[in-house]
Amino acid sequence: MRHGKLTPAALRKYGFVVSFLAVPVLLYVVFVVWQYIQAFQISFTNSRGISPNFDYVGFDNFTQLFQDDVFWAAVRHHVVLLLAMPLITIAIALFFSFLLNLGGGQRNGRMVGVRGSAFYKIVFFFPQVLAVAIVGVLFQAILRPDKAGVFNSALGAVGIQPVGWLIAPNLALWTIIGVMVWQAVGFYVVLFSAGMASIPKDVFEAASLDGAGRITLFFRITIPLLWDTLQVGWVYLGIAAFDGFALVQVLSVDRGGPDNATTVLPLEIWRNAFTYSKYGVASAMGVALFFMTLTFAVLTLRVTRRERIEF
Amino acid sequence: MTSTPREITRRQMMRRVGLTALVAVPAAGLLSSCATSGGDSAAPSAAPSAAATSATNPFGVKADAPLEVVIFKGGYSDEYATQSHEPLYSKEFPKAQIKHQGIQTISQTLTPRFASGDVPDVVNNSGTDMLDGGALIGAGQLLDLTPLFEAPSIDDPSKKVKDTIVPGTVESGFGGDPAKPYTLNYVYTAYGLWYDAKMFEKNGWTPPKTFDEFKTFAEAAKSKNVVPFAYAGKNASYYAYWMILISAAKIGGNEILLNIDNLADNAWNADAVKQAATAWAEIGKYMDKSYEGLIHTEVQTQQNQGKIALYPSGSWLESEQAKDTPAGFEYAMSPTPSVSASDKMPYEAIRAAAAEGYVVPAKGKNPQGGLEYLRVMLSKEAAKAFTEKTKSLTVVVGATEGMTLSPGLTSVVAAQTAAGQNVVTYSLFETWYKELETELRKQTNALMFGRISADEFCANMQKAADKTKADSSINKQSRSV
Repeated sequence: MRHGKLTPAALRKYGFVVSFLAVPVLLYVVFVVWQYIQAFQISFTNSRGISPNFDYVGFDNFTQLFQDDVFWAAVRHHVVLLLAMPLITIAIALFFSFLLNLGGGQRNGRMVGVRGSAFYKIVFFFPQVLAVAIVGVLFQAILRPDKAGVFNSALGAVGIQPVGWLIAPNLALWTIIGVMVWQAVGFYVVLFSAGMASIPKDVFEAASLDGAGRITLFFRITIPLLWDTLQVGWVYLGIAAFDGFALVQVLSVDRGGPDNATTVLPLEIWRNAFTYSKYGVASAMGVALFFMTLTFAVLTLRVTRRERIEF
Repeated sequence: MTSTPREITRRQMMRRVGLTALVAVPAAGLLSSCATSGGDSAAPSAAPSAAATSATNPFGVKADAPLEVVIFKGGYSDEYATQSHEPLYSKEFPKAQIKHQGIQTISQTLTPRFASGDVPDVVNNSGTDMLDGGALIGAGQLLDLTPLFEAPSIDDPSKKVKDTIVPGTVESGFGGDPAKPYTLNYVYTAYGLWYDAKMFEKNGWTPPKTFDEFKTFAEAAKSKNVVPFAYAGKNASYYAYWMILISAAKIGGNEILLNIDNLADNAWNADAVKQAATAWAEIGKYMDKSYEGLIHTEVQTQQNQGKIALYPSGSWLESEQAKDTPAGFEYAMSPTPSVSASDKMPYEAIRAAAAEGYVVPAKGKNPQGGLEYLRVMLSKEAAKAFTEKTKSLTVVVGATEGMTLSPGLTSVVAAQTAAGQNVVTYSLFETWYKELETELRKQTNALMFGRISADEFCANMQKAADKTKADSSINKQSRSV
């Protein structure tokens, strides 16, 4: 097509494309992008959310934030979440998907998963189907700190004292990370399985013929060929590590406790906005969170960039 | 949406007490702008003509003036109004026609009417959709109830109304600047330590009257495998801080709590607060750590199962647990123990608060009738009918005489009588300054479960109070009673 000339045919063509795109883009701008922009605006005001009148206060909300212990506690927790949660989830998911797809060795000259892998695949995916609120309520019963809890009654059966999963300040955050991992693993097993399925089987078979064991296969063949999928998984999980609102809200002592041990930024945003009516401060936290998430995503994509292996 | 009485009394009560008592609520602007858009007929529209006043008709109600009453039809329903309060009013003024409305959406229904100036004469402002009391006061829409409280009582004309109701009731309805009583809070709630009277009887226990006795009692309970005291740290740590605040007030008087509400310098470092925190932290040591991770219903159920002796709560507890209370379990309430022999308030002092607000719109057609209706409500006969219909106590003193009450309410009445004028005031910072309140919840759990000392508790709370005081974005309020 020649550029610069809008023939009726070209117009029709563009019109057709634009008419499809306009509505979703408009909806996205009105209901998503505009809110982001407004949050930036409100973060510089003393808005309390109940009146259209407010004043601009410059960087006051941000200074207040940077002096707030609770804010820094939440940031620290995101760092822990960011380091631990994706790593544990991906490690477990990779291990499982390797077993499900290639762990059974050769059968009839083809690589297969362990016995019953079709069944396991479905079971692993179950937690993903549950709404996060339901997961929270389930784990409330499982993690109950006295002998009536599912875990603690099992421990009690073998003579171990009840563990304060969510009430010991040093343990509470890790317990919540455990629940997040439990919920996420299934999805990544399926994602990585799909990735592995797209790797040509003859690569594995050739390596196998050359005498590579399962461990060599996993580290030398599977992971390098799965790199793109891993990268995607890492970014998804990293962004999830900046959330955690629902689980912390339902599971933790007094929402974020004990002693701020489990609090996360989305929870503090919610508290500042709806409990304290400090919409300005809440928006400032949102802006901080926005930049943290953005930095993480950019860094991850930069650092993990590798030569793409064509196959 | 319907709500049960227990839902109302427990959480909403706190909010209600605060909202109606609030003074310069920031939202005042919202409603006033509404009011102005409805035409500035704000000038007391031709002050409704009144009849001559007399001893039996202190407000000068016109005998044939119709009266419009709007009742929140929630957990208490509105039968108490239609079957008792309104007939009682009609008995006084047989010629007056009463228009009754029982609704749940108070705000949605009445806001436009306030804006246009066509308002009812009595409003039971309650429920999730209640009108913003502070905003109404700011817009000059509510009648000052001082004449009501100064008027002679129906039961005993030699007494003023204010002397026939529980102390603190008038103040709980304060609003505006300067503060005046705009709301009549009608339902009485008492706070203390709740126990199973039968269990205590069986074991030969009595509720401890001092903290020394408390410790002796705790050992005795422990030896019977009963947890002496417990509360739910996961969602109800405020039940525990109520106890600490009550003890602080008993030691140093209500001014300790007023200072805290007023964000006075070093209010939390007061000796009384420190002593109270120390005393309660000692009791906390008898609690299992697991209580920090349980919610209130879980702990209350454990008490019903006989695993816990004393539980801090308010007088809604009995009806809240009605379904789960086994036969042979008899709720009773005792005051919190005295901390020292030199306490300013006696052991019998209890914290009590009035809730469930009734207001008289200033620009109604029959405001005198509205005041009279409230005076009728505050008669013993009307109060008794309310308790019969709703299973809740009212602020009218002695209204339950001769009635058969549930064991829990009976013990509340006994505690109320024993307390007399010794009433610990309700802390308004709980609704005024939510950040401070959130911090108090955290620090209370840390104190009661042994992570911080009483000194650290006071220091941390003082820091939070100073932060609230210094934060110019938070509207400051104050109270003197």
